[in-house]
Amino acid sequence: MKAAPFDYVRADSVASCVRALQEADGDGKIIAGGQSLAPVLAMRLARPSLLVDINRIPGIARIERRDDVLRMGALVRHADLLDQQHSPLLASAAKWIGHPAIRSRGTLGGSISHADPSAEWPVVAAALEATLTIHGPSGSRQTNAGDFFVGPLEPDLQTDDVLTGIDMPIPETWGFAELSRRHGDFGLVMAVTALVHGSWRVAIGGIAGVPLRVPEAEALLDDSTAPAAVRAAAQAAAAAVSPGDDLHASSQYRRAMVEEYTHRSITQAVTQGTTHQTPGAATRASSDHTAGVS
Amino acid sequence: MQVNMSVNGRAATVDVEPRRTLADALREDLGLTGTHLGCEHGVCGACTVMVDGQPVRSCLMFAVQADGSSVTTIEGLASDSGELHAVQKAFCDKHGLQCGFCTPGMLISALDLLHREVKPSRERIREEMSGNICRCTGYVGIVDAVEQAAQELAEWNEPDGELEGVIDGDPDHDSDPVTTAAEAR
Repeated sequence: MKAAPFDYVRADSVASCVRALQEADGDGKIIAGGQSLAPVLAMRLARPSLLVDINRIPGIARIERRDDVLRMGALVRHADLLDQQHSPLLASAAKWIGHPAIRSRGTLGGSISHADPSAEWPVVAAALEATLTIHGPSGSRQTNAGDFFVGPLEPDLQTDDVLTGIDMPIPETWGFAELSRRHGDFGLVMAVTALVHGSWRVAIGGIAGVPLRVPEAEALLDDSTAPAAVRAAAQAAAAAVSPGDDLHASSQYRRAMVEEYTHRSITQAVTQGTTHQTPGAATRASSDHTAGVS
Repeated sequence: MQVNMSVNGRAATVDVEPRRTLADALREDLGLTGTHLGCEHGVCGACTVMVDGQPVRSCLMFAVQADGSSVTTIEGLASDSGELHAVQKAFCDKHGLQCGFCTPGMLISALDLLHREVKPSRERIREEMSGNICRCTGYVGIVDAVEQAAQELAEWNEPDGELEGVIDGDPDHDSDPVTTAAEAR
């Protein structure tokens, strides 16, 4: 369980990162938090000749709020998103990622670039139609998260591209529900519901190669959020997916869970939307925090 | 590559290949074998150490990435006089270990939790410690231990408590890992 030898360069700017990747001629790999890459290297599932460490690039670890949009650098850690209070949806999703020692290192940009369909950030990014900023040899470009996830572990990134920023709208209301076998595991089924600028978004993760939006469910919710419509939207989500069988769960079980967890996430969103609660503040034992500070 | 770190408050320099994990650098190059390696791919939590005050799986971080960082390992928990840290003592008192293999990572994770939360519930302790796997105790003793340590640390931090009586030795000598790690955050 030791990685094969590689060269290592610590990038001090986005430009120097891109340059190093270009010089590696397709055989370079970016390391950010390393929580997915390090196991891949240890098991020798990948043997890049060069690792470009972006952890010390200044300016890409910030969270900035501009009106109802949260602008996040690629190096924002899961733990930072758990602690921030601008977007309770992100705090709620971060709670499901791994464990404290994973969340302290793993990054938003790394998770999205890794494009694991069972990870939390890709499905959240798809639901919120996140805008991704990517730097490459010919400058920077922006792309929508909906176009970014091409297949499982297959993002729309060239070998010398680096994802630097992620912009996500702060939804008016939201719901997040996940089924995983053990706390901290990847999700078997994840459902994200969000109301953004008055229109509903429903996205499902974990059951296909890429996060899936469910336009049928969204249209139903745009018409009505009465309990019957919520049930119909959850059924529409189950009808829209064609999950596979594997040792973790059968196709039938997955489809049933898509309906159940979509129902939960929509119900959470609708309930929050009417009572104006912000349950994200309760993701950590806030009373204990206060006691610790005093 | 040369890597300069502060390990348990002491300057340490190692010359390693980039593929050397922080765990291997601590164990093989610095002789700090208290950090244990179970799975070596970030599942078991045995290798958890503090890097700049944050819990980190040292098998998932390369030593070269820790250049300039402050690392606290299990060896840095007890005081210079050998008196056990409150978390270590609680694990002994409450039978929080049997074989001891997972214990170094357990203790660092417990310490991290108690840096963030003063009085975590048993449910919170289970949630926050769930990244550390133990194959002997069944976890009840571990939860008991973290609860006791939380209680003890809270008493230390009481303004009217016997804080000065608890910490041994020279007050200018910064050997208490709780203080150093808390400052680093």
